Amino acid sequence: MSVLLVAEISGANIALDATAKAVAAATALGPITVLAAGEGVDPAPLAALDGVAKVLHVEGADYGHQMPEALTDLLLSLAPGFTHIVAPATTSAKAAFPRLAALLDVMVISDVVAVESADTFARPIYAGNAIQTVKSNDPVKVLTIRTAGFDAAGSTGSAPVETLDPVAASDLASWIEDRVVTSDRPELTSAEVVVSGGRGVGSEESFALIEGLADTMDAAVGASRAAVDSGYAPNDKQVGQTGKVVAPDLYIACGISGAIQHLAGMKDSKIIVAINKDEEAPIFQVADFGLVADLFDAVPEMTEKLK
Amino acid sequence: MKILVPVKRVIDYNVKVRVKSDGSGVDLANVKMSMNPFDEIAVEEAVRLKEKGIATEVVAVSIGVAKSEDALRTALAMGADRAILITAADDVHTDIEPLAVAKLLDKVVEVEEPGLVIAGKQAIDNDMNATGQMLAALLGWGQATSASALEIADGTARVTREVDGGLQVVEVKLPAIVTCDLRLNEPRYASLPNIMKAKKKPLEKMTPADYGVDVTPRLELVKTDEPAARAAGQIVGSVDELISKLKEAGVA
Ligand SMILES: Cc1cc2nc3c(=O)[nH]c(=O)nc-3n(C[C@H](O)[C@H](O)[C@H](O)COP(=O)(O)OP(=O)(O)OC[C@H]3O[C@@H](n4cnc5c(N)ncnc54)[C@H](O)[C@@H]3O)c2cc1C
Ligand SMILES: Nc1ncnc2c1ncn2[C@@H]1O[C@H](COP(=O)(O)O)[C@@H](O)[C@H]1O
Repeated sequence: MSVLLVAEISGANIALDATAKAVAAATALGPITVLAAGEGVDPAPLAALDGVAKVLHVEGADYGHQMPEALTDLLLSLAPGFTHIVAPATTSAKAAFPRLAALLDVMVISDVVAVESADTFARPIYAGNAIQTVKSNDPVKVLTIRTAGFDAAGSTGSAPVETLDPVAASDLASWIEDRVVTSDRPELTSAEVVVSGGRGVGSEESFALIEGLADTMDAAVGASRAAVDSGYAPNDKQVGQTGKVVAPDLYIACGISGAIQHLAGMKDSKIIVAINKDEEAPIFQVADFGLVADLFDAVPEMTEKLK
Repeated sequence: MKILVPVKRVIDYNVKVRVKSDGSGVDLANVKMSMNPFDEIAVEEAVRLKEKGIATEVVAVSIGVAKSEDALRTALAMGADRAILITAADDVHTDIEPLAVAKLLDKVVEVEEPGLVIAGKQAIDNDMNATGQMLAALLGWGQATSASALEIADGTARVTREVDGGLQVVEVKLPAIVTCDLRLNEPRYASLPNIMKAKKKPLEKMTPADYGVDVTPRLELVKTDEPAARAAGQIVGSVDELISKLKEAGVA
């Protein structure tokens, strides 16, 4: 058995936490070869990950832009010999991996939360309301790992790095631009604390209250779909079935009702706090600590007292 | 340009899912089923492109039990012109895997020759997020997943995608596959007269055998479990009490 694991890379930036968690999840499947495909990437941090036997480094603008057509062509050329092809379940892997699986004539197994054996994996279905365990009868397993539940692999290794040439570019699609908002806050999926706002926050301006509490707690900011749809927060903050999945030590939901699609993205958090003025809100059924209050009073008070 | 829209009939997103006690799956007998919400967005987008004169015809396809006709009738009531039902299962509990769905859609594309396929980003039952990408692979087409804006011009689709870092704009050559995210549009409700009209729109009935596609699953279902339940928490009386609880727990 041997694993080809695609590191999550955008441009030159390695998402080391997500990649290290996927490495940890895949360690039981055999020696891991990590693919570092991007633009201007320093593969050293990947070579240091425990469990990594080798790093393949490939440079190309299309890889840096995470174009699925190009990444799939590259992966197809590397696939022979590997029994498992693995990546963290990011938007880029979710775009490329099913494409790769179809070309290998195998089923993709998305959002794996537990590796039971070399061919058996658990994954949530129905917005996390059920966990399905499936056994793959395909010759190659193509998996994306939902990283939230795994501890990151350590960084004490030193695997060799081999440089490869990119494969010929595909002309099916071209990158135009990224509209990426950078912030100094911790990244949503790896933060220890997440403060999220929902429709109850009421406006884009008042979303500053959520950000204020987040900054005081050195937390990442999250949002419900309703808050994103209403323009209070950008799309990359959405937590839920069809947004990001987080499992921080502390998740504080402010003005969020607790629809199953939202819970799907945060109910594995260690401690959940809900601040909501409606005592009947379903979020209180999953909250360790619930505060029935107007968030416009409670959130500033909490921010002040934690300073 | 013809647009093909694959629509799946799934458990309604408002229904509380129940896992069967024998671990064999989720109980779908006598529960409300609807069109997958992302597919409503796909149908809406296709119909808008037709209304703008960019598309000439919108064809909806569904694969599943015979009752999937309901999802197709909804698509027709929203403005699709005709529909193809591929009956591939007798029992609502049999889910056809994305690879098999993509293989069937590949054959439908061969016959229909659409210039664009608009699918949902993910089916809310299996949460796979795979079919559109698999179809693009089989066809050798470009793909743009998780679209929140779509513009068609000069033989290309310019697509704004919702990605982990924010938004990404790409251009794919037509024919191509686009999958929709939540914010692409707000789907219309079908009006009563349109629901009546939809009953008379053409609906072709096919089977996987007609296309020579084997839909045998690749993933064997071992078991389906209920997720671990969270222990009941407590209501605190004030911000001060909340902060002291969080400090006790070592998280503030
Ligand atoms: C296909 C599909 C996918 C979806 N995916 C997601 C997803 O990934 N993530 C997601 O979050 N949702 C998702 N949803 C949407 C989900 O069903 C809910 O509509 C959404 O989560 C509701 O957001 P909300 O809790 O912010 O808003 P609401 O349900 O409107 O709740 C607002 C809450 O704020 C409270 N409130 C109002 N004012 C105050 C105040 N001043 N102080 C305190 N509390 C206040 C109210 O009591 C209420 O409980 C999806 C839906 C569909 C159909
Ligand atoms: N059985 C099906 N019939 C028609 N369309 C489907 C079917 N399964 C998946 N699709 C399409 O593929 C999208 C993604 O589904 P999935 O890959 O299963 O998450 C859906 O939103 C539909 O547009």
